[in-house]
Amino acid sequence: MAAAPKRPFRWHIGVFLAPAVLVYTAIMILPLAGTLQLSLFRNIDQAQVFVGLANFRTLFGDPNWSLGFWNALRNNVWFFIIHMLVQNPIGVLLAALLSSPRLRFSAFYRTAIFVPTILSFVIVGFAWKLILSPLWGVAPNLMDLVGLKSLFTPWLGKEQYALTTLSLISVWQFVGIPMMLIYAALLSIPEEVIEAAECDGITGMSQFWKIKLPLILPSIGIISILTFVGNFNAFDLIYTAQGALAGPNYSTDILGTFLYRAFFGFQLQIGDPNMGAAIATMMFLIILGGVCVYLFLVQTRLRRYQF
Amino acid sequence: MSMTTSSLPRTIGAHAVLLTYTVIALLPVIIVIVNSFKSRAAIFGAPLAPPTPKTFDLIGYTTVIGQGDFIHYFQNSLVVTVASLFFVLLFGAMAAFALSEYRFRGNSLMGLYLALGIMIPIRLATVAILQLMVMSGLVNTLTALILVYTAQGLPLAVFILSEFMKQVSDDLKNAGRIDGLSEYTIFFRLVLPLVRPSMATVAVFTMIPIWNDLWFPLILAPSEETKTVTLGAQLFLGQFVTNWNAILAALSLAIMPVLILYVIFSRQLIRGITSGAVK
Repeated sequence: MAAAPKRPFRWHIGVFLAPAVLVYTAIMILPLAGTLQLSLFRNIDQAQVFVGLANFRTLFGDPNWSLGFWNALRNNVWFFIIHMLVQNPIGVLLAALLSSPRLRFSAFYRTAIFVPTILSFVIVGFAWKLILSPLWGVAPNLMDLVGLKSLFTPWLGKEQYALTTLSLISVWQFVGIPMMLIYAALLSIPEEVIEAAECDGITGMSQFWKIKLPLILPSIGIISILTFVGNFNAFDLIYTAQGALAGPNYSTDILGTFLYRAFFGFQLQIGDPNMGAAIATMMFLIILGGVCVYLFLVQTRLRRYQF
Repeated sequence: MSMTTSSLPRTIGAHAVLLTYTVIALLPVIIVIVNSFKSRAAIFGAPLAPPTPKTFDLIGYTTVIGQGDFIHYFQNSLVVTVASLFFVLLFGAMAAFALSEYRFRGNSLMGLYLALGIMIPIRLATVAILQLMVMSGLVNTLTALILVYTAQGLPLAVFILSEFMKQVSDDLKNAGRIDGLSEYTIFFRLVLPLVRPSMATVAVFTMIPIWNDLWFPLILAPSEETKTVTLGAQLFLGQFVTNWNAILAALSLAIMPVLILYVIFSRQLIRGITSGAVK
């Protein structure tokens, strides 16, 4: 490459970049670094003292903390698995149906299915809490219509079902996002590719599996990593539906609610910013790990097609 | 055009699946809204029936409007969302233009630095953000929320917008340069109008999480003065656990503004989301 000709310093580049870089660095990157740093300190006699990895030894060594942490992590993994197994396949299915040519009312379906996504967790959490409440009886009534009334139990109140129920509520809320992204990816497949497939006699289902699916794999990859980051960072829905204690008996506790309790305290436990920072650091490492796996193992193996 | 004629059974099947899912998506929302207009006895007696003249009752709404300061919370949310959105779009577009238009040393490194925030959620920085806001006296101000949401929205905005800005024709910009337009004029007068559809995409992706966020209002601005509608609704709903009329009315009041806006703008919103493909 030839050296660029000597030019006067281009101030406008700096002017264009400065506001974004300043806000982003001051409010996001520096506090993020600050949080990681805080996890190595502890408040002793009103002063922050460097204690190395002692906070992490507490987190993993002290059963008061470690049991809670592993429980939250396990629940979070289950939360993520449900999203991957339910949300994304449904999203792909809906997008595939929506993108079929000359489907009538497709704008209506798209708009309607996206409605839950625009609602806040507070609304979603409460609305479902009411609907699933045995006091009100909407859910048993609805299940009676399809003859399944005997299967009804207060799902949110039972330890073995609560987390799965909340995961499914979250899936209900967010299925619109994979649907839209996959829909956009499907629309961007050029007509020629589809026509060529049709000339070769590949239509219908086999066209989807053999032609379209490989072409939208990069989008599915992006959706998976977005789901991963979103799930390991989730908080609002659990907090709204089950409170900061993530009941019953911590069975719906995920890393977000665990962090909140450690940071702010609850009931008898006093809030501890340093332990909060240590948990945030663990979440940071988990998310970073997931993103690295995606960037280095998944993304490099997905072939991208340029049209 | 594609020449396939999709067979009738397949079309019916597609409609059946989509319709079923539409019902699943809308039914909970409809049940809440419908029941908010009914008397307490009817809410429990026939939760799935629409309100009749006999069961119609606005007691829930009068309770809520009498008690909550919802208009004020609503204003706070609006201020925070609009201001953050403005800064995200302006700063994001400027940075995206710099990254996509000019070649300079450290360009791709800067792009990577800004993209970091797409994957690493700002929530993890909460502990230090709270300290920062306490130090600068911004706790319990809307400014704190606006700053945080601007930082939160920027990475994705820069990423999406720079993809789109790369597609703006170079000839156009160079013609502008030959005519003696400054770089700023080229950005504001030539490029920005051309990327307007992608700005809509970014606006949607930025706006929804800000409006719905509970975490930062709860931590940075929980005072009565600065409560957002999401936080207000959360606390309000907590107080009325046993008053079903009030809860359903409060939920409906929280749903309806968003729903009305969405119905009005859904065409633009969805076009924005899929515009990457349709163009």
